[in-house]
Amino acid sequence: MLTTKPNLSNPDDFYANLLHAHEDLSKAESDALNARLILLLANHIGNAEVLNQALKASQPRKDTP
Amino acid sequence: MTKIFETPLYPYQRSPDQDTGAATRHPVVVIGAGPVGLAAAIDLAQQNIPVVVLDDNDKVSFGSRAICFAKRPLEILDRLGCGEPMVEKGVRWDTGRVFFDEAETYSFSLLNETGHKKPAFINLQQYYFEEYLVNRLRELQAEGKPVDLRGENKVTALADNGDHVRLEVDTPEGPYLLEADWLIAADGANSPTRRMLGHDFAGRVFEDNFLIADVIMEADFPSERWFWFDPPFNRGQSALLHKQPDNVWRIDLQLGWDIDREQEMKPENVIPRLKAMLGEEAKFELEWVSIYTFQCRRMERFRYGRTLFVGDAAHQVSPFGARGANSGLQDTDNLAWKLKLVLEGVADERLLDSYSYERVYGAEENILNSTRSTDFITPKSDQSRIFRDAVLTLAQEHAFARPLVNSGRLSVPCTYDGSALNGPDDANLPNATRPGAPLKDAESGSGWLLDRVGNQFQLLTFNAHAPDVVNVDGIKISRLDLPASDDLNARYLGDAKSAVYLIRPDQHIAARWLEFDEAAVKAALNTAIGK
Repeated sequence: MLTTKPNLSNPDDFYANLLHAHEDLSKAESDALNARLILLLANHIGNAEVLNQALKASQPRKDTP
Repeated sequence: MTKIFETPLYPYQRSPDQDTGAATRHPVVVIGAGPVGLAAAIDLAQQNIPVVVLDDNDKVSFGSRAICFAKRPLEILDRLGCGEPMVEKGVRWDTGRVFFDEAETYSFSLLNETGHKKPAFINLQQYYFEEYLVNRLRELQAEGKPVDLRGENKVTALADNGDHVRLEVDTPEGPYLLEADWLIAADGANSPTRRMLGHDFAGRVFEDNFLIADVIMEADFPSERWFWFDPPFNRGQSALLHKQPDNVWRIDLQLGWDIDREQEMKPENVIPRLKAMLGEEAKFELEWVSIYTFQCRRMERFRYGRTLFVGDAAHQVSPFGARGANSGLQDTDNLAWKLKLVLEGVADERLLDSYSYERVYGAEENILNSTRSTDFITPKSDQSRIFRDAVLTLAQEHAFARPLVNSGRLSVPCTYDGSALNGPDDANLPNATRPGAPLKDAESGSGWLLDRVGNQFQLLTFNAHAPDVVNVDGIKISRLDLPASDDLNARYLGDAKSAVYLIRPDQHIAARWLEFDEAAVKAALNTAIGK
């Protein structure tokens, strides 16, 4: 089951580290970093059900009229 | 030097059928003497089913074409009596090496399980493959088996008349008529049979071109499959290097979509590309050059009335994964015994619908794998290229990313899950040998399991009592009880103490139990022949 409740011990630190990792990178380098990061995290999670839930949760929101 | 593919191997000869003044009826006519059509003919003939093979040509395949033959088809060829010459001549390989940009990313071994008679893969030019099949067919003819191979016999018209197919055949000496109880269409991806009978062949076209160059050179590359993503010598594209017998090397270079095919095929354009890859000083001679595009598609069904479609005529995949000829051989492996039982009146023709079900299932598996390989090799969007390159970058350092690299998922045999021919299973036995699966070979006593199984229904027993023979309405099931070995136990017993397997003539498992029960075996046999 995908956790969508707060689970990061220090959200501000993580967010700062994420931005820091992308500092001074070109758009292409940043895109490549993001892709590597997703693959590393996906492998760490491993569970297909959780990954599918994450793929679904990350879909763009459909605006309701 | 005259190449084998320039020599007529089955030159036109007048057949008595051309002088009867009427259409001669044959139980089975095969159209196409490629690897799949020849395998069909050999399979039927060695079981005494008369068969006529028609081919519009009189030579083996022009150029190397299919070169990778996998373990399961080699096992099938053993059953057909011609696996050994292929393996002797072929180049064995079991290591793949992947490069990205300028560096080697990782290597992998295909030998994840020992204790099989046949190697994981051999490379062998299609012209040798076909030559050895023709040799086997000639051997059967010499033994008096009912098989006829007719070169320069081109089928020009076809009609399914309900209980037979009528064929008009053109020859250098004019046309004649034939009738077939059953027609096997093995006439390739552009199947004229399929077109004449008006069947669709829908699927996906991939917008890409690949240059194949088979070169003869003395080189000290190892017998491995080398695959490059985005190498310096073919920027933004892929490349493949693979060894064949007689110092022939298969080189496959991705070219992209917007190219001038005529220009790219010219030696003055091919040779610089090869030198960029092999080095300026490399000495080689071009044996065969071709440019191909590919499609992943299949017919909706592989049986239409009295016609059975096999091989590329029925389904087509990209070459990555060697799933073309290898799957075609599994088609005829599946079909021949069923056709025999139907022709002998033992089984109803409904059994042939299970050929369509089982091999459509196999084709879907191959199309899925081959489509995914193609999507990895040729990313279809900026984002898919970003992920592809991320996988390749990570794979160099991190083992986890290596299974994501897809330069072709190499052909493995299909397990017919969900087939109506499958009988009871027992969950205590190993999953890999469940009903629908092909037998897994194993050494036993002085020989190999697969050498003792095939062409008939058999009971394979392990620590279980059973009669030597069980008869079911004209079908004889004979028992095989092999001395135990570690591999046999691991593959067929697992944690169980005993087991009884019902094996189909194509070496696939029909049903299995922990103990012998005559009524259960008889019921499973009837299920396995579509009753």
